[in-house]
Amino acid sequence: MSYNLPDENGHFGTYGGVFVAETLMLPLDELKEAYETQMRNPEFLAELDADLQNYVGRPSPLYHAERWSRELGGAQIYLKREDLNHTGAHKVNNCIGQALLAKQMGKKRIIAETGAGQHGVATATVAARLGLECVVYMGAEDIQRQAQNVYRMKLLGAKVVAVEAGSRTLKDALNEALRDWVTNVDDTFYIIGTVAGPHPYPAMVRDFQAIIGREAREQIQKQAGRLPDALIACVGGGSNAIGLFYPFIDDESVQMFGVEAAGDGIETGRHAAPLCAGRPGVLHGNRTYLMEDDNGGIIETHSISAGLDYPGVGPEHAWLKDSGRAEYVNITDKEALEGFHALTKIEGIIPALESSHALAYAMKKAPTMRSDELLLVNLSGRGDKDMHTVAELEGIEW
Amino acid sequence: MSRLSEKLDLLKNSGRKALIPFVTAGDPNPGFTVPLMHAMVEAGADIIELGMPFSDPMADGPVIQKASERALLHRTTVRDVIAMVASFRETDQTTPVVLMGYLNPVECMGYRIFSDLAGKAGIDGLLTVDMPPEEAGDFIPLLKQSGIDPIFLLAPNSTEARIKKVSAMASGYLYYVSLKGITGAGHLDLKSVEEKLGQIKSITSLPVGVGFGVKSGETAAAIGKLADGVVVGSALVSKIADNLEQPQVAHQEIVELLSVMREAMDKNGEEQ
Ligand SMILES: Cc1ncc(COP(=O)(O)O)c(C=O)c1O
Repeated sequence: MSYNLPDENGHFGTYGGVFVAETLMLPLDELKEAYETQMRNPEFLAELDADLQNYVGRPSPLYHAERWSRELGGAQIYLKREDLNHTGAHKVNNCIGQALLAKQMGKKRIIAETGAGQHGVATATVAARLGLECVVYMGAEDIQRQAQNVYRMKLLGAKVVAVEAGSRTLKDALNEALRDWVTNVDDTFYIIGTVAGPHPYPAMVRDFQAIIGREAREQIQKQAGRLPDALIACVGGGSNAIGLFYPFIDDESVQMFGVEAAGDGIETGRHAAPLCAGRPGVLHGNRTYLMEDDNGGIIETHSISAGLDYPGVGPEHAWLKDSGRAEYVNITDKEALEGFHALTKIEGIIPALESSHALAYAMKKAPTMRSDELLLVNLSGRGDKDMHTVAELEGIEW
Repeated sequence: MSRLSEKLDLLKNSGRKALIPFVTAGDPNPGFTVPLMHAMVEAGADIIELGMPFSDPMADGPVIQKASERALLHRTTVRDVIAMVASFRETDQTTPVVLMGYLNPVECMGYRIFSDLAGKAGIDGLLTVDMPPEEAGDFIPLLKQSGIDPIFLLAPNSTEARIKKVSAMASGYLYYVSLKGITGAGHLDLKSVEEKLGQIKSITSLPVGVGFGVKSGETAAAIGKLADGVVVGSALVSKIADNLEQPQVAHQEIVELLSVMREAMDKNGEEQ
């Protein structure tokens, strides 16, 4: 591969880096070293592979959504079925990797932040399996809208801490997890759930998620005989998107579209689309595009999907945007719901609201393409967790 | 020589330790801060650390988080904080003032504009918690041009190599965080502070201020025995939280606590 970012200090051009308080410098160094060592350790890699295969259920299928493609009357749509993973989303790929690393480093306690609860559930799951203590920080607002995942985490033995500070969503959960980590650095491993945070997290999480793109690249060539013309993935922090994009970065013929949450619409200001409507700044350990006010305060985001409700984005996406290698678009709450229903009715697959943003963009994009063109969409998670949200919005009682 | 170094030299020569209070600018309201700064100087403060409120204070405990939230309710911006210092300088040209906070509001303003305005307002140092020296390469020269000392943190787990690196880039003083944790946390482990300060002092001649865990005259005196400066934050800020209906009471209680600390620290000197 000729693409080789980040540099050794974690920079993707001017983005990324290590913007943390002094107390975290040493643990981040230790993490970086452990990560680099283990990624060259055949035993570690073999254990990771075996877990991904036998515990997560990889490889996840690549499914040609023929009926939906026909209906949209354009490109052939292929869905990368991360919704079929154990725990129901791509998040587990990264958790398995980081938890094995925690075990290697002798850490006894795991902490995580979560928005939709998918990363929290995946973390609680791997912690249960490895017998590690687990604390998950979750915004009080998200706890309400993702009650089912909160219950799942508790069943799995995790302690879920409601974060009442700030906007009571994902960014505040991340702040609180960082505070915990600074306090308990010696015995605690912080599993960040997306490609954000200080170096080495953005690179490490990407590498653990890149299995999505590696599999998909092979599968589509087997099924369709060639590389896809375009990739589509939703972008919250950006882990499922970078996981799909990364192995294709050198394939210049493959277009890449990251889909941010436009909430009520970009023009209303009530959205979660920093790449489309924000500007560069520093938050949570790295420099990237942010949603901020004129004075550098982080502003509250809005999205129907808790997993996309984040004012920052992984620094590698910031770089991919500026370099023009990837394009970032946005989808409103309303459009995402249309995507949600379309896939449910036409293909019999109930997608997560996060993934529905990618699907909704595919609905716009596919008809503009020829029927012999290939569109590969990351179906990052399943919609079980969103039943309540959707039913409530549509006035359905159950 | 910078106002900070001058002050710290003066203290050193007279065998005294710097008392360094921290309050968040604009908490509980913008009009509260400048009179409090003057009163703190009168009560014995040598250097003032003024917090720039931020929406996401990741390294702070609940007390200073809430202070930030209160200040932001009044939309206290970095420019406002700079203006407060300018106003303070009208009648106090000798007490160094250090701005402390997070990088994003400063970066949003622009490194050059910030350095320029802050320097002109008579600000003497900048400590951005989430900007380690590694990421400060572009900023430090601009700060220095404006006569502002870049102040960096050291922690209990800072290695020898890092202490070297950090002290090579810092000026004014170093801020040693006495414990692994967030502001307002836990108890002081004086033994470990003493050991770590010994290591730091063997590497650099910069003065070292110690913060986190200073709550009373007693803890201030204990730290004063070990370090060049004693930083007290949450213990003062909590007086504001406790008296939201009566800011004047908060003002008075802050002044009283500082006087107690001053006295306790100065007793150390007499004993020696
Ligand atoms: C199913 C699903 N997709 C996407 C996301 C967004 O995260 P990322 O952008 O890191 O993939 C989440 C986050 O919770 C999720 O649960």
